[in-house]
Amino acid sequence: MLAVYKKELRSFFNNMTGYIFIAFILVVAGIYTAANCLQGMSPDFEFVLASLSFVLLLCVPILTMRSLAEERRSRTDQLLYSLPMKVSSVVLGKYLAMVTVFLIPTGVMMLYPFILAMFGSVPFLTIYSAFFGFILLGAALIAVGMFMSALTESQLIAAVISFASLLVIYLMSSLASMVPTTAVASLLCFSALVLVIALIVYSMTHDVYAAISAGAILEIILLAVFIFKRTALEGAFPGVMRALAMFDRFNSFALGIFDVTAIVYYITVVIVFVFLSIQAVEKRRWI
Amino acid sequence: MIEVKNLVKRYGTNTALKGISFKVERGHIYGFLGPNGAGKSTTMNIITGCLAATEGEVIINGHDIFEESVEAKRSIGYLPEQPPVYPDMTPAEYLTFVAEAKGIEQKDVYEKVNEVMEMTGLVPMQKRLIKNLSKGYRQRVGIAQAILGDPEVIILDEPTVGLDPKQIIEIRQLITSLGQKHTVILSSHILSEISAVCDYIIIISRGRVVASDTLANIRAKLSEDKKLELLVRGDENKIRMTLNEIEGIESYETALDEAENAVRVILQCVKHADIREALFFAFSEMHYPVLSMTDVSATLEDVFLNLTEEASTAEEEEEEAPAPVYKLPEEEREEDEVEERTEDDASEDVSDDDDDDYTPMFGGKE
Repeated sequence: MLAVYKKELRSFFNNMTGYIFIAFILVVAGIYTAANCLQGMSPDFEFVLASLSFVLLLCVPILTMRSLAEERRSRTDQLLYSLPMKVSSVVLGKYLAMVTVFLIPTGVMMLYPFILAMFGSVPFLTIYSAFFGFILLGAALIAVGMFMSALTESQLIAAVISFASLLVIYLMSSLASMVPTTAVASLLCFSALVLVIALIVYSMTHDVYAAISAGAILEIILLAVFIFKRTALEGAFPGVMRALAMFDRFNSFALGIFDVTAIVYYITVVIVFVFLSIQAVEKRRWI
Repeated sequence: MIEVKNLVKRYGTNTALKGISFKVERGHIYGFLGPNGAGKSTTMNIITGCLAATEGEVIINGHDIFEESVEAKRSIGYLPEQPPVYPDMTPAEYLTFVAEAKGIEQKDVYEKVNEVMEMTGLVPMQKRLIKNLSKGYRQRVGIAQAILGDPEVIILDEPTVGLDPKQIIEIRQLITSLGQKHTVILSSHILSEISAVCDYIIIISRGRVVASDTLANIRAKLSEDKKLELLVRGDENKIRMTLNEIEGIESYETALDEAENAVRVILQCVKHADIREALFFAFSEMHYPVLSMTDVSATLEDVFLNLTEEASTAEEEEEEAPAPVYKLPEEEREEDEVEERTEDDASEDVSDDDDDDYTPMFGGKE
């Protein structure tokens, strides 16, 4: 794992990716700091971080698109498979290298509050708890981006699908407020989801019966809940959507709340997506 | 040392491997021979853990490649068809990474890397980026990677493809020298290469092992029935009479060669008989000049073609269906690579830039 970590970290600085990522974040952070804190004369650096969370949406796909897709395209994955290493340690090494690259501009930004402190009193505790949330958010987004990169062998497609999915996640809470909270609306939305799941099952197994039976079972459960415990479905779909709104969890940190559920949430997201990436890479051998 | 038992690999409805079994013993150089799409690369990918098999097992030094993959892979060095190198690293950096990944101790890494670079002649190129190296040097980087850390078995998939004749000779010498200390498995569809380097041959065709024997045994079988072609100037009937008297001829045919004004004789010798001298003296006694005498016995090529064709006709009969028109994925992949390779050969620089194209494309966007 250490070997892969070192190699990945070096490769980020052998080509432009690492520099572009760091420079982009720092330039935008500089602009926000200058506008918000220096010109606006505000000591609240956490709002700069809140604005920067949108920038992560653009930057994270650049960081992650290459990670697993390029190995596949250039057939270097054959080297990684034939070396005496577990797939999990390869993926984990790559993930930690990307998180390390993300920590570099974050580390630089951690010095900014000290510059602000030269002009007045600064709420250090709030700011650094916001930094903690920012790092967790970044780590979660990188895990999602890496998973997208594991699904394809084209960097471009990896970048586009990670950007699209991060954008959906970013807009999720606004989308959730658009969905009606009635039980019928939830039933319809979940049914659409069941249909998508059945299609995915079909595309993975090419087995019509498996897809239909999986869809039918889920649909029956759904109808059973709808008939016998109708209240449970009221507002359930918007609730699920809100649970996927990863950026919103960061807002409580930005408001100065050290939210333990948010920490658990982000760590869960990281574990789930790193696990899914490992599975996706393992699956490539079975084609 | 390596035991491959009844490997089956299906790609959707196509079956690329139909039950491959063989054993590899210590200290030999094995040649893995087969036409394109026979399943050579698929088999090698399964042995090295790059691909999962549908059925069957591979046991390396007592470790199953699917169950205890890390232990099994420790005793293997693998060079896939396309050298798995990172274009934006130098050979030294790349080999250091591989050494660390293979679990070589930190204090030995530098020494081991230098050792393999010397063996493969990479020392003058160690500071250049791999994307700027020629195909031959990239191939050497791939071989260096495979032999790093002294694995007991070295598996090389078509190691000389795309190299120039001088490099081919160098790589062959390297493989021969590796064979003294390691077990080497080498795949190729070039027969002369296999016969020059290997001492044990496994021929596969259409996903089955059709022959598996030492080179010496195959050679011995070949020399069992010797065929000679002679061109003799003289009377055809008298020549036939002379031939009837010589011992050791199983059968012969004669034909007039108008252009040479001579008789062409093709004769099949009795097993283990060498009748060339007898023929020469018999005709010289008659003052019939022998214009030429050629050994036209079956070559390794003939054996190879016979075996692989037999296998495919047997297959057709067995399946009672015409040969599938669609290609196996294996075949497609190999063809793709051949195309890439010809591009490589045609203009090294253009293909080198390929890897570059990616970064600026995105770099420009931001």
